[in-house]
Amino acid sequence: MTGTTEPLLSVEHLVVEFPAGRARWVQAVSDVSFSVMEGETLGLVGESGCGKSTTGMAVAQITRPTSGRVIFDGKELTELAGEKLRHAKKGIQLIFQDPISSLNPRRTVAEIVAEPLEVWKVGDRRSRRNRAHEAMEAVGLDPRISGSRRPHEFSGGQCQRISIARALTADPKLMICDEPVSALDVSVQAQIINLLEDTKRRYGLTLVFIAHDLAVVKNVSDKIAVMYLGRLCETAPADELYANPAHPYTKALLASIPSPDPRAATLTARIQGDLPSPLAPPSGCRFRTRCKYAQPRCSEEIPRLSEIGPNHQVACHFPLAAGATMTTTADKKG
Amino acid sequence: MRTAPLDTISNDTGSSDRPAFKPLLLVEDLRCGFHTGQGLIHAVDGVSFSLERGRALGLVGESGSGKTVLARSIMGLLPRSGVTKSGQVNLDGQDISQLSPRQLRHLWGAQLAMIFQDPMTALNPVVRIGRQITEHMRAHLGIGRAEARSAAVALLESVGIPEPDRRLSSYPHQLSGGTRQRVMIAIALACGPKLLLADEPTTGLDVTVQAQVLDLLAAQQARRSMGLILVTHDLAVVAGRAEETAVMYAGKIVEKGPTSVLFHHPLMPYTEALLRAIPRLDLPSHTRLGAIPGRPPDLSALPPGCRFAPRCPYAQDRCRTQEPPLEEAGAGHFFACWYPRKGSLPASWSYTDSVTDLPRAPTSVTSSQAAIPEGQIQ
Ligand SMILES: Nc1ncnc2c1ncn2[C@@H]1O[C@H](COP(=O)(O)OP(=O)(O)OP(=O)(O)O)[C@@H](O)[C@H]1O
Ligand SMILES: Nc1ncnc2c1ncn2[C@@H]1O[C@H](COP(=O)(O)OP(=O)(O)OP(=O)(O)O)[C@@H](O)[C@H]1O
Ligand code: SF4
Ligand code: SF4
Ligand SMILES: [Mg+2]
Ligand SMILES: [Mg+2]
Repeated sequence: MTGTTEPLLSVEHLVVEFPAGRARWVQAVSDVSFSVMEGETLGLVGESGCGKSTTGMAVAQITRPTSGRVIFDGKELTELAGEKLRHAKKGIQLIFQDPISSLNPRRTVAEIVAEPLEVWKVGDRRSRRNRAHEAMEAVGLDPRISGSRRPHEFSGGQCQRISIARALTADPKLMICDEPVSALDVSVQAQIINLLEDTKRRYGLTLVFIAHDLAVVKNVSDKIAVMYLGRLCETAPADELYANPAHPYTKALLASIPSPDPRAATLTARIQGDLPSPLAPPSGCRFRTRCKYAQPRCSEEIPRLSEIGPNHQVACHFPLAAGATMTTTADKKG
Repeated sequence: MRTAPLDTISNDTGSSDRPAFKPLLLVEDLRCGFHTGQGLIHAVDGVSFSLERGRALGLVGESGSGKTVLARSIMGLLPRSGVTKSGQVNLDGQDISQLSPRQLRHLWGAQLAMIFQDPMTALNPVVRIGRQITEHMRAHLGIGRAEARSAAVALLESVGIPEPDRRLSSYPHQLSGGTRQRVMIAIALACGPKLLLADEPTTGLDVTVQAQVLDLLAAQQARRSMGLILVTHDLAVVAGRAEETAVMYAGKIVEKGPTSVLFHHPLMPYTEALLRAIPRLDLPSHTRLGAIPGRPPDLSALPPGCRFAPRCPYAQDRCRTQEPPLEEAGAGHFFACWYPRKGSLPASWSYTDSVTDLPRAPTSVTSSQAAIPEGQIQ
């Protein structure tokens, strides 16, 4: 069903609510829509608590959305349940931030990597072992040396390799990587990012890459979606988002990334203050309490995601003009 | 580990009677070893550097390179048993490396303070924030309860915590990660230290919060003219914030110098490799990162010669037998390498061009040796 024009994954008006005690609800994800074409990497970026993981879990139907649609590989997952759902989402695999705790400490690496094959009873034991070995080799682990060891004997970066190998044995089409490198050293982070890029190319994968570091996200993504307090602020091709950020929040996120160039001036467009409570998000635009461009209209009306350029959408009443520099304040257009 | 207790005010280490040209901190040939199952390992192995008053030094290196052990041995905060330590730590003219824990307690807080890697474990979870700050100040500065409270409010305000009055009655778990780290900074600053050791103060925080916390540290440092050692594994973090940077590898400083020089003209291949591993916003997406193959050596089985040789794309025979000394290249720029990199990394370097640069080596280097191999494990 995945032609070249149909996205592999479409998310439409996704809403996820959690009970927050005393008959209150947190809307962790509010009206989020995006799509990912086959072979593409979508980066999902935003501060802690903005709903990135919840979005990922809802796409994989581990958390069932409160409303909205998730269409994967031509099937509407949100309509399915039980065995039908299990089959329909077989092509989705997840990789988590904490590589060590997401691996069963009592099993050997070879057993862990073969887990998806056991679940699906693919082939006999021997062919399962061969597939697992192949996947381990693909991620740079020697099955003869590492296969019989247990996760705690490995460093964070190597545990992340094990997670990737396990995901690969399931023969996925879509891999949702939730902060896969956030807990790693810069040098190991580079190894894992390169490995993900190679694996993606080699196996023709589609990725949803979740992280809070926009520099990391930009490096791996074709397209980026910026989230704030459960809502999408902006989506754009990766290089376009960097060159022409239109949402004040995107601009502030960009300004927070430390530049490895000591001569780069320290940017002042930093974001101030703390994230408001997700239990009582600000009315209108959720970013308005921290936005230096906020106007009365921003508290009254929710800004809708609208197209401002090819594949470039922004949800802001006063988006920044294209090419807006990091310092001007008069760069709004009505 | 709790924050360095700030027990009593010190009155014997005032700087007025010390010569002004002495650096604030002078570390000489510091060594710190642990007795482990694999024998004695040196987590800090002959480290020397100095830091002027009011200046910041970035201390960078991969996980396990010895940054925390170095910071703790400067503080005098190492485990009591199974540890060997030698070398000098001169703070404001006084050798503090031989002081007893009791004598050290006089220095902690007022002379030097440390911010620990994980604020959740560093703060006492069952004591309200207010008490954690005022206890230190009352004991240390000899002030009363009310006075300490208003000082604590002012302090929380100065580190950018909204509603500081209300925050004093919060417990650590009720605060966000960024606010907890601000509280840690407030506690460390409470008694006006001359030197602050910040061990990965922003690791695990959101980038936005990281930027805020680093800005805060820089502002406080400038305002108080305090010395700062900023420990991190991310070179980008120190780029705009430390005048000097020291790179550690397997317990040694392998390169140090003025930050702008070190970033644009790294001489030691390890420094260069760390720089190439950083994803850069100003480069197109999918730009390949320069991953350093493998991992740092096991300290109980160090390779002979240069400790970076097993991972170094420029290594030659000499590197595998003789250890390079730390040499001065000029203007306070030191490096330890037999075949230093000659090129400079332009402000917006591309990862591909200088990787193909051949090392400044005698003759027989093939281009395959010069390319950094990737994805290879151990
Ligand atoms: N199972 C749950 N029950 C109640 N609230 C939840 C649950 N999971 C998440 N939340 C809330 O939903 C919001 C979004 O959380 P989520 O974990 O998706 O954020 P995130 O962007 O992944 O953050 P981080 O960067 O910290 O991982 C948060 O306010 C969180 O507290
Ligand atoms: N108490 C101890 N006993 C034995 N070995 C130790 C002890 N503390 C640290 N080490 C060892 O000393 C070396 C340096 O550790 P250190 O914590 O200083 O590294 P680091 O550079 O701070 O790393 P990270 O970035 O992970 O914090 C490591 O190999 C570590 O295993
Ligand atoms: S809608 Fe208003 S408050 Fe929201 S980002 Fe745009 S200008 Fe700022
Ligand atoms: S001494 Fe040799 S092995 Fe060590 S960093 Fe220099 S070139 Fe590489
Ligand atoms: Mg998350
Ligand atoms: Mg450390």
